Amino acid sequence: MGAIFSRLFSRLWGSKEVRILILGLDGAGKTTILYRFQIGEVVTTIPTVGFNVETVTYKNIKFQVWDLGGQTSIRPYWRCYYANTDAIIYVVDSQDRDRVGTSKEELVAMLEEEELRDAALLVLANKQDMEGAMSHTEVSDALGLTSLRNRTWTIYKCSAKTGEGLTEALDWLVNVVSGGKK
Amino acid sequence: MNLGKKDEDSDAGLFFHIDKSTVLQEARAFNETPINPRKCRLILTKIVYLLYQSEVFHTQEATETFFSITKLFQSQDTPLRQMVYLLIKELSTVAEDVIMVTSSLMRDMNAKSDVIYRANAIRALAKITDSSMLQAIERFIKQAIVDKNPSVSSAALVSSLHLFGANKDVVRRWANEVQESINSKGPITQYHALGLMYQIRQHDRMAVIKLVQNYSRGSLRSPLAYCMLIRYACKIMEDEEPGSRSLYDLLEGWLRHKHDMVVYEAARAICDLRDVTSKELFPAVSALQLMLVNHKPTLRFAAIRTLSKLAMTHPAAVFPCNLDMENLITDPNRSIATFAITTLLKTGNEASVDRLMKQITGFMNEISDEFKIIVIDAIRSLCLKFPAKQSLMLNFLSNVLRDEGGYEYKRAIVDAILDIIYHIPESKEFALSHLCEFIEDCEFNKLAVRILHLLGREGPKTSKPSKYIRYIYNRVILENATVRAAAVSALARFAVHLPELRDRVKVLLTRCLDDNEDEVRDRAVMYLRIIDDEDLCKRYIADETTYSWPSLERKLVEYVNDEAAHSSAFDISTTPVITAAQERAERARVATAAAELAVPTLRSTQGGPTPSAPSSTPAARGAVPSAAGDAQAGYAAAMEKIPELAGLGSLFKSSKPVELTESETEYVVSCVKHVFSEHLVFQFDCRNTLNDSLLENVNVVMKLETSEDDDATALVQDKAIPIQRLIYDIPGTAYVVYSRPGGVCPTATFSNALRFIVKDCDPSTGEPDSEEGYEDEYLLEDLDLVTADYMLPSYIVDFKRTWEELGEATEVTETYALTNVASIKAAVQNLLQLLGMHPCDGSDMVKDKATTHTLLLSGVYVGGTKVVCRCRMVLGDDGVTLEVTARSPDQDVGRRVVDAVC
Repeated sequence: MGAIFSRLFSRLWGSKEVRILILGLDGAGKTTILYRFQIGEVVTTIPTVGFNVETVTYKNIKFQVWDLGGQTSIRPYWRCYYANTDAIIYVVDSQDRDRVGTSKEELVAMLEEEELRDAALLVLANKQDMEGAMSHTEVSDALGLTSLRNRTWTIYKCSAKTGEGLTEALDWLVNVVSGGKK
Repeated sequence: MNLGKKDEDSDAGLFFHIDKSTVLQEARAFNETPINPRKCRLILTKIVYLLYQSEVFHTQEATETFFSITKLFQSQDTPLRQMVYLLIKELSTVAEDVIMVTSSLMRDMNAKSDVIYRANAIRALAKITDSSMLQAIERFIKQAIVDKNPSVSSAALVSSLHLFGANKDVVRRWANEVQESINSKGPITQYHALGLMYQIRQHDRMAVIKLVQNYSRGSLRSPLAYCMLIRYACKIMEDEEPGSRSLYDLLEGWLRHKHDMVVYEAARAICDLRDVTSKELFPAVSALQLMLVNHKPTLRFAAIRTLSKLAMTHPAAVFPCNLDMENLITDPNRSIATFAITTLLKTGNEASVDRLMKQITGFMNEISDEFKIIVIDAIRSLCLKFPAKQSLMLNFLSNVLRDEGGYEYKRAIVDAILDIIYHIPESKEFALSHLCEFIEDCEFNKLAVRILHLLGREGPKTSKPSKYIRYIYNRVILENATVRAAAVSALARFAVHLPELRDRVKVLLTRCLDDNEDEVRDRAVMYLRIIDDEDLCKRYIADETTYSWPSLERKLVEYVNDEAAHSSAFDISTTPVITAAQERAERARVATAAAELAVPTLRSTQGGPTPSAPSSTPAARGAVPSAAGDAQAGYAAAMEKIPELAGLGSLFKSSKPVELTESETEYVVSCVKHVFSEHLVFQFDCRNTLNDSLLENVNVVMKLETSEDDDATALVQDKAIPIQRLIYDIPGTAYVVYSRPGGVCPTATFSNALRFIVKDCDPSTGEPDSEEGYEDEYLLEDLDLVTADYMLPSYIVDFKRTWEELGEATEVTETYALTNVASIKAAVQNLLQLLGMHPCDGSDMVKDKATTHTLLLSGVYVGGTKVVCRCRMVLGDDGVTLEVTARSPDQDVGRRVVDAVC
């Protein structure tokens, strides 16, 4: 009986894909995270000119994941892809202390967008495997996350290279989008 | 939308009445999730349809559409993805920021699974990439070139060909991969790889020769690739010394290839060889002959077309095919039949003409005017070849002249008859009587006027001139004003040339005084007034000369614009006078040039896509100097716009352009010498052929070399006008002005160099890499200032009289032995070039084997001094002995002319 129900539910959810954007500065590891999610491997990447879009199925939920390039020249186009977004994964290079300020500016500007008002925010403090990386609390402070109001958000530390922390982050996402939301 | 309406019946259906704004509304569906591929595909198709209907998308619309289309990348539906590529390619030139899809396209082109759209992704990627991005995707394109899948490697190769234009250096680095793909299995891949390889190597002659020789051995599978090889081989031979034919054997070998396409291409290539001999032609013509009886109409057409072209230059070589061609006259395809007839007309011998003409008469009714014109042209040339057959031909022409037909067709016939009259004097009376009959019932004013003019000119010289008068006067009674006026002029000529008819014509002209049209009356009044005064007649009626219209127009415009000049009357003597014959020749030349332009031959495509871009500029410039006078007018107009040059007065003479560099060098420079009343202007047309450099402040440094002429020291360099920026492939013009005080006109030699600041720049944008440049100098060839530069050719009616009027007192004579000149013909050509004077009394025509000749020349020297010159030549064992005698009111000028020969 339980099996029948779960199949029914999965079909219900499967009919609608969850739309997710991966954003962040250039070199933060967005594309690597995307393919870690999709095929579970580390692929060699080159700077993304434009975007990559892939479908990731996790726990019977289909995520349509948009990985947008982080170079300065491409950031203005992020906005073209905001509409209908369920969640944002914001990736930060924890080792890059110099540009964490820039990262905050981009994040704040993005969250002000009307189209993203209802989107959940998952911040990933990436590159934890590197020496001298900021801890996730440090990143959280640097981005000013604690002052966020009216938004479902969390922060996870992770490493796209080793895979550490990614499963937990995805679980949070699944939880948020499949009803656990608010 | 009009177009849409037009094919209402055929394919519109779904797309009938679609409208841009509605479609753009529908395009919002792209933003929905999940995507409905079927629906989106339909919308994309509509957008493409609109684009193909030339509907204009503004940048903003296009960009918005583009970005919503990018969202379709989330769907994995293959047909939809392919439509998306199509749209990306279409919008890539209109929308902004199209590089946004770079990553997605790269992912698709590298897709591991065997998706069908990898090739499409490559082509789209090449469209949206600019030079800065190319570095990043280079590795992937190289991989794709050697991909196992032929469609993928083909797409990569074709994309590289497109990218080559703006990114030569990057694409050159891919030569190894390209080489590898020539040896791949896919025929189309081989073809594309060969094309790209040639682009990469084309400036390295030895490499191209090796390329052709390597692949001629049968390792290629694509017939198209062989056709390319043939074209490259021809290109190589074109650049060779005349007479050497290093690759002819290859071409001949290809005549036995198993693909018709290759055989034809080789045969055509042989037919197009420069100075081809009949021995070389023989195998090619045999191959074409076989195609004439092939069951495929395309092959028959191609073969007959090539033979037809060949027949113009080598009729004897085509002769063996005559029998096959005669069978083609009944070919169901009219184009083939027409070509067969016209070719036969060219190759036919006198005996076959009668039979052919009979066949044509039946054939004429079945074809359209355009084809008829081709046939008429062929008959004209046949008639000129066999003058004995002229009456047969004229009968035919006058018969078709009476048939129904449009103006162009009738004009072609009249042109043909006029030509025959001009070249075959015996035919004149017969032809004129046919023409007389034609104007009795002619619906085209233009033709009637031309024929009346001809009657006026030729009629008086015939044996029974009086019979034409009746025809002409009939026109005065029956026709409209335009034709009446022409008829009056024609009548007047009879009166002038034939004193015995004068009184009778005067009666007719007097009747015309009552005409209700001003023009007709005015002409009649004028002719009646001057008819009895021999001098006036000579000046106004019998004079066959005319002014060179373009330069007269230019001089008049100059005069009207120059307030200061208005105090004195317009001086017409500086306008070159040309003969009617010259004008006719000029018109014929312009007509043939126009005809050549109108028939773009396949030759132009030989070099692949690249030559089209640079050739646009020379073509545009080539259009200007169509005639000497026109060219000068063009130069004058250009200089008039430059403030520093505007004050130099009127331009006396412009020389032909002199090349100061080889045509394949970094900078290509040619010079035109302009003579003004007190100045010399040297116009340097420069072109920068390096796409990675930008020249600024380009000066031409001219230095007077030692001159034997003492006057040369009087030349002082006045000013130099540099080119501010010389950008790749955009021609620029620098000027150097010398003053020649007192109007001295020395001969001299100048050494020249370009001095400029070079900046390296980005080949694709033309923007300099840095503000810093460095100075550089580029040596040009020396430039000679010669007597011909000061000489304006001018026609005189009666050479003998002028010669005698000037008298022996002013004569200067010199004798030369020209040891390195092989024939009289060559000597005449040399003299015409050296002196820049006008040949009189047709004395520039030399019989092929002449041993003696007299060349008569006339001209106006700068300052307006008339010069006439007689050159007597004798051909001896060791070259030509030449005696040059010049007569001129100014003996110095005569001396200069005579000295110019040595």
